[in-house]
Amino acid sequence: MNTKKNKMSGADIFFECLKREGVEYIFGYPGGAVLPIYEKLYDIDFLKHILVRHEQGATHMAEGYSRATGKVGVVLVTSGPGATNTVTGITNAYMDSVPIVVFTGQVPTHLIGNDAFQEADICGITRPITKHNFLVRDISELASTIHQAFYIASTGRPGPVVVDLPKNVMNSITEFNYPDKIELRGYKPKVFGHQNQIKKAAMMLQKAKRPLLYVGGGVIMSGGNRELYLLAKENNLPVTMTLQGLGAFPGTDPQSLGMLGMHGTYWANQAVNHCDLLISLGARFDDRVTGKIETFARNAYKIHVDIDPTCIDKNVVVDLPIVGDVKHVMAELASEITRKPDLDEWWEQINKWKSECPLEYDMSDGRLRAQFVIEKLSELTKGEAVVVTDVGQNQMWTAQYYKFNHPRSHITSGGLGTMGFALPASIGVAFAVKDRPVISISGDGGFQMNIQELVTAVYYKLPIKIILLNNSFLGMVRQWQELFHAEKYSFTDLSDGNPDFVKVAEAFGVKAYSTDSPHNVEHLLREILDYNDGPVMVEFKVAKEDMVFPIVPAGASISDMIIRRLDPKEMV
Amino acid sequence: MMHIISALVENKFGAFNRVVTMFSAKGYNIHSISIGETEDPTVSRMTIVTEGEDKVIEQIVKQLNRLIDTIKIIDMTNQPKVQRELMLITVSYQKGTRSEIIDICEIFRGNVVDINNRTIMLEITGPPDKIDAAINVLEPFGIKEIARSGTVVLRRGEQIRKLPKEYESDHKKINGDKK
Repeated sequence: MNTKKNKMSGADIFFECLKREGVEYIFGYPGGAVLPIYEKLYDIDFLKHILVRHEQGATHMAEGYSRATGKVGVVLVTSGPGATNTVTGITNAYMDSVPIVVFTGQVPTHLIGNDAFQEADICGITRPITKHNFLVRDISELASTIHQAFYIASTGRPGPVVVDLPKNVMNSITEFNYPDKIELRGYKPKVFGHQNQIKKAAMMLQKAKRPLLYVGGGVIMSGGNRELYLLAKENNLPVTMTLQGLGAFPGTDPQSLGMLGMHGTYWANQAVNHCDLLISLGARFDDRVTGKIETFARNAYKIHVDIDPTCIDKNVVVDLPIVGDVKHVMAELASEITRKPDLDEWWEQINKWKSECPLEYDMSDGRLRAQFVIEKLSELTKGEAVVVTDVGQNQMWTAQYYKFNHPRSHITSGGLGTMGFALPASIGVAFAVKDRPVISISGDGGFQMNIQELVTAVYYKLPIKIILLNNSFLGMVRQWQELFHAEKYSFTDLSDGNPDFVKVAEAFGVKAYSTDSPHNVEHLLREILDYNDGPVMVEFKVAKEDMVFPIVPAGASISDMIIRRLDPKEMV
Repeated sequence: MMHIISALVENKFGAFNRVVTMFSAKGYNIHSISIGETEDPTVSRMTIVTEGEDKVIEQIVKQLNRLIDTIKIIDMTNQPKVQRELMLITVSYQKGTRSEIIDICEIFRGNVVDINNRTIMLEITGPPDKIDAAINVLEPFGIKEIARSGTVVLRRGEQIRKLPKEYESDHKKINGDKK
């Protein structure tokens, strides 16, 4: 009798595993191949299934949820088109190292390879865009595979894992055996950095006259913001952050130089150019940060702390690599420092750069500017909101003008640059974050990609504040066309095709406002921040020819930064 | 510069594909690749011959290590090693040239493995430069077909245990217990 009691179906085992992994939410969409799972799901109450409107949306939601909480995001979709629709979201999570587990249905094992209805080789398709993937061919492997999937996704350098579940495996029956321990002989992520390397780093730091911390998303992912704060504060070190690093160190702190790189602040990029010691913490020397590799921080010794050895010496050859969890390494590094460096001169120089060339925009013609909206939003929310951005100008202006004070508060598609990310990702965030406002910022281009997820936000009554920065253009592309492509505004003008966004939102059941006047900004922002009965949107019609400055042209040296649009008179 | 990388990988569905996908996704070149089971049937050994500057090779080794299904990666290029490749080669012959071809085969310590009225098939093993030399000498007779296995290597001398004890597969542990 007892042994019979232990026998479970594949679908039962699936949920038992999710329960043990502590899964709270699944973002999913049903279909033929996952019917056995959805049949069980009907009676499951320990987790909540969120019905999305497109599988891409589900992956972005899982990513938003994961990035807001640090937990693993979970997606469940059917085979074939359900699986292939997740590809963009999986790639996005891969590029930004976000732990999500995507369960895809698959046709029964005896039909695999037969071009069966809704069959797609999703393991083959996702091999280069996942940290790892599995096809469960036998029910005996199911429990251990799910356990491994969560372990691989969430440890080391995190990343997406796909688990492909053939329908017959979900229907077959076996004894349930959950492995307590995971033994993967080919996977042993390193946590602690090499002692001697850390000692050397401490020595280099104590000798440095112009040190700079270059902080990436790895610090947030490892939960090392406290260690970073102590290391920077105790030694009076300047901190510059990458797009994904924003929030790792308080943006309102005077030691924060803001973002570096292509659209980074003048003073952060000058600091990179002139520093004599650059300590990279959980960042990967991305081309959007370095510009021309040969001239990047050329006067500096470089220390690179990263959990992924492949990141080291990949783009920039460094002088001292430390492989390990950046949280631990920072704590150990701080404890090794006995003599604080004297940085008064260095700070004087940085502050001089700061006053020479602050971030600025011109609103003297009375038209509304996106920068003004973001600046006001930052003021009104005191940097306490979780802000999810799309890709393009809206993203860069948010990175420049919103002062993030907390980690896991700036959620954006960095590596892949996926338009249509903000709305679904903010939905995932809204399930996790209840005590702070969740704000989704998009342009008019990206908002129309994945706009279907407005339904999901309305259905689950999520109090997301949607800010639509409508310049009737694919603004970032337009900017590059103006600067680098002979002002040929080729297919970037959306003004004739754009819908009435207020009507669209209202049709979905979203309360919506619109304005083109700077005078209405504060009052409308207050209005949406106070609104708690489901999602609310405000469309800001902003100047269409506005550009994000400063900009370092792609592949150019940081010192070739363009600070502002030249006056026609100056161009002569 | 040519490098020979020896990779111990899980003998699992998709593991080989993962390695090859990594090479193509990162734009690295594969000169030759061979794979086969080892003394532990849960582990396969892949021998990959690739070309690149030191920086590229370093990345290749790191990227291979990063895959979950790879257990151990060794750059064998500068290690004391035995390196072999097997070639099957079919050469056409006329009256009078057959014995000459067989002589050449003997010089290369190969075997004649097939013959008919017009062609003769030889099996030659050795390091790749020996195989190249054999091809050069046989060329004038008229080569019909060549199949090369790709390089395999093993390190010379008594081996320290390849895998730390705790990574040994259950299969081996069970076999060990039986002894």
